[in-house]
Amino acid sequence: MKRRIRILIAKPGLDGHDRGAKFVARSLRDAGAEIIYTGIRQTPEAIAAAAVQEDVDFLGLSCLSGAHNRLFPEVVKLVRELGGQDIVVFGGGVIPKRDWPGLNEAGIRFIFGPGTPMSDVIAVIRENAPADAELAP
Amino acid sequence: MQPDPEMLVRGIRDRNQQAVARAISIIADRRPGWESLLDAVGKEPRTATFIGITGAPGSGKSTLADAITSFYRAGNRRVGIVAVDPSSPFSGGAILGDRLRMQDHAGDPDVFIRSMASRGRLGGLAPATAETAAILAMAGYDPVIIETVGVGQSEVDVMSVADVVLMVLVPGNGDSIQALKAGVMEIGDLFVLNQADRPGSDRLLAEVNAALRLSGDEDCLSRVFQTVATEGRGVPEVATGIDAFLGSLQSDAEKAASRRERQFLRLVNLAVHDMTDEAFEAYRKSGCAPTEGGTSWSEAVRVATGFLDWLRTRPN
Repeated sequence: MKRRIRILIAKPGLDGHDRGAKFVARSLRDAGAEIIYTGIRQTPEAIAAAAVQEDVDFLGLSCLSGAHNRLFPEVVKLVRELGGQDIVVFGGGVIPKRDWPGLNEAGIRFIFGPGTPMSDVIAVIRENAPADAELAP
Repeated sequence: MQPDPEMLVRGIRDRNQQAVARAISIIADRRPGWESLLDAVGKEPRTATFIGITGAPGSGKSTLADAITSFYRAGNRRVGIVAVDPSSPFSGGAILGDRLRMQDHAGDPDVFIRSMASRGRLGGLAPATAETAAILAMAGYDPVIIETVGVGQSEVDVMSVADVVLMVLVPGNGDSIQALKAGVMEIGDLFVLNQADRPGSDRLLAEVNAALRLSGDEDCLSRVFQTVATEGRGVPEVATGIDAFLGSLQSDAEKAASRRERQFLRLVNLAVHDMTDEAFEAYRKSGCAPTEGGTSWSEAVRVATGFLDWLRTRPN
């Protein structure tokens, strides 16, 4: 029996809009993942510590404030410093296409813009999960 | 890559967060090497105090855990927290949201918070909660706070893990007869009446005191506390109450013996849980299931008999 995929959904920075993050968290729960949700207005330090302490497979960052170019790479850097080498980081929210390549380069492997069907997100999670982990069979 | 148990144990002792986190996953998920790691953790004599927090959903367990953590941090103690939330009976997924109430300590390396999903267990804890607490203790976190899922009336597993159980109650959850019932109300060592700024709090206090006095506890006033956890009000008194309770209990030798016994019982429990899973898997593979999908008790008995026969004759 495989273990369940663990995912941290987090919102860095001064951004109080978490309907999207909650929707993603809820959908991934229904797909069978164990989701840790830490709420709004988190510092990159707090998010990185949570990701490592919770030993998650994925870290999903949501940002609608426009500060993603600053915050997302900072989170990735801190996660790696704390020893979370294998954690796959993805991002979502209002992120202009022109920022995607830079974020990818900074270690945000996948970016999901507004209107992304949830099935796309689930497919990416499924494909990139560790071999011993799964969503609902 | 399979991590070396000895290196992990060293990492835990060195208080490396990543090693602690991975060790917990290995045991909780039964990843390769979990048995030897569990043995290494079990050998460690525990000195850390395990504080259980239980109560209904929304009563403020996480907020109280957060407030108690602030209190101990002010005294420079390192605090571990294991917080359990329910798994979905449908998808097996879970939303673990207890961390949300513990933001004061996010990023503090001397506070280690681990969220766990109950994974089908009905007793209010996750299958490897005790072992997770033991790993945190090994990494020098003392106390370790264990927060149950939001309980109803019969989720009492926390009493077999914690040294002291805080039962969190809030005003407005039923009349005095609720405080008399068996089950969860019996396992509280201390009663924390949270949200004491809400109407009905004094009435709750009177009812709980009356219920405890009925059960022969004349000294019940020392076991009941009123708090407003969001503001930290009443929390120092709870911490003092915890120390007084633990001090009144037994000698250190008796305490250690009781811990050992409970710890072993937990391991037996864990083994039973594994065997139940295994039996379920075996049943699915056995071919004993009724083809039409069974509904009646007599059918269930017939299937169970067939399944037991299959187990007895099955080559290993």
